[in-house]
Amino acid sequence: MATDARTESRTIGPVALPSAERFRPLLGLVVPAALVVVWHLLVASGAISAYQLPTPLRVAKTLHGLAASGELWGHVAITVQRVVLGAGLGVAVGTVFGTATGLSRTASDLLDPLLQSLKNIPSLAWVPLFLLWFGIGETAKVLLIAVGAFFPVYLNLSTGIAAVDEELLEVAEVYDLGRVESLRRVVLPAALPSLLVGVRGGVGLAWMFVVAAELIAASQGVGFLLSDGRTLARPDIIVASILLFAFLGNCSDVAVKEVRDRVVGR
Amino acid sequence: MSSDADADVPPSAADADAASAEADPVLAVDGLRKRYDDTLALDGVDLAVADGEFVAVVGPSGCGKSTLLRVLSGLEAEFGGRVAVDGTDVRDGGSDVVGMVFQEPRLLDWADVRENVAVGLPADVDPDTEAARDRVDDLIETVGLGGFAESRPDELSGGMAQRVSLARGLAYDPSVLLLDEPFSALDRLTKADQQDHLLDVWEERGTTVVLVTHDVEEAVYLADRVVVLGGQPGTVESVVDVDIDRPRDRADADLVALRREVTEALGR
Repeated sequence: MATDARTESRTIGPVALPSAERFRPLLGLVVPAALVVVWHLLVASGAISAYQLPTPLRVAKTLHGLAASGELWGHVAITVQRVVLGAGLGVAVGTVFGTATGLSRTASDLLDPLLQSLKNIPSLAWVPLFLLWFGIGETAKVLLIAVGAFFPVYLNLSTGIAAVDEELLEVAEVYDLGRVESLRRVVLPAALPSLLVGVRGGVGLAWMFVVAAELIAASQGVGFLLSDGRTLARPDIIVASILLFAFLGNCSDVAVKEVRDRVVGR
Repeated sequence: MSSDADADVPPSAADADAASAEADPVLAVDGLRKRYDDTLALDGVDLAVADGEFVAVVGPSGCGKSTLLRVLSGLEAEFGGRVAVDGTDVRDGGSDVVGMVFQEPRLLDWADVRENVAVGLPADVDPDTEAARDRVDDLIETVGLGGFAESRPDELSGGMAQRVSLARGLAYDPSVLLLDEPFSALDRLTKADQQDHLLDVWEERGTTVVLVTHDVEEAVYLADRVVVLGGQPGTVESVVDVDIDRPRDRADADLVALRREVTEALGR
């Protein structure tokens, strides 16, 4: 009924003019576009020398070349694979631990102090240890990324579950839902928004950790491309790799945000 | 369902109810004492409610009205005295047959009306079966929300949300339905509608009801008996029988007189 009223009010009144509001999202492109122009002018005018920063066009050509030769897709595919596996693992383990500590006071007292201090270890500090333990193969990289993705998920879900409205828990108790049912029907849905905030943060960190892993020990991947660009003194490759990370990271963030909006926004 | 048993005992027969309350009460409270840390909230509360009876508990704020309901519904595990529903102590599962409508609707705001009502289904009913679905839809109809089964709580008005909460309590098919000031947040007109609505549902289903309220007019209009709670710690100050046939007229002289009696018992 409420929705009826809303749709009605929208159709009443004069026919809507093409609204400026529709183009509002495009405003976000204005500043980046201006920066690209400034970038081009600075390099073209010689204010910044081309061996330090190539022109935008040069970067685009390099990217196109890498794509045409097929080299690019291999790097992107392996990086995306690492992020997906690592973030998946981190989100899964973070969900398990977050649920446990959110529900059980004992689990929280046992685990939370440790996990809270582990989260403060910078990502790069793990790299040597993981290389030592798991070699330079995929395992080390995926696990490193999983560590990164784990913490935001764990922290958000744990707090989210602990913060579920006491009043709703009383409802579950009065109607004898039992532990499993009240978890399934009350606690987890109530904590879902927190979980999704955690997942968004976790996926963001997964991209940070994949760079750390690939910069140091990889023979393929966008991070490797980045460090290869430095070795070969090819600033165009470096900038192209950075832009690739920006693009891929944004895509995953938009995807997670979309999922969140669908599930929670309603 | 207990509606068959009530068919030959009209709910308005307050005398018969009071008599059977002494014989075999659905709800029996003897010498209830409830302490929160240093504060004694309730002391020596006695109450017996017969099957199908509508009892209102009134009292000033802070007299332990809500505490009483929390004890009855099994939300408070520690207290002194005896509290039994259908002969079983509430600490030994007696509270399993008690449903509660809280002061706030307390709905799951991510779930639609149907799912919210289904929360009240007893544990042995699988909510995914067709029979359970029909039962839920029936109740939604019963509380006058037909057509809103798929609405979410934020699309409902306060009065409608409270009726979802009532349907949830009825889905539980409780021996005793507790209502904790369910209408206190509603405006006057909505409140009167909801009260009449509650009476209809009660008369139709014959559920035993204990309503806590601070509204004397509401208590006298609705109940077979009004229990006046007062003092600190709270205790039963007096019990007023409302021996007036339903449907009642809110302006009825006898009702107004009883209202005055309850108000005086409250010490106002």
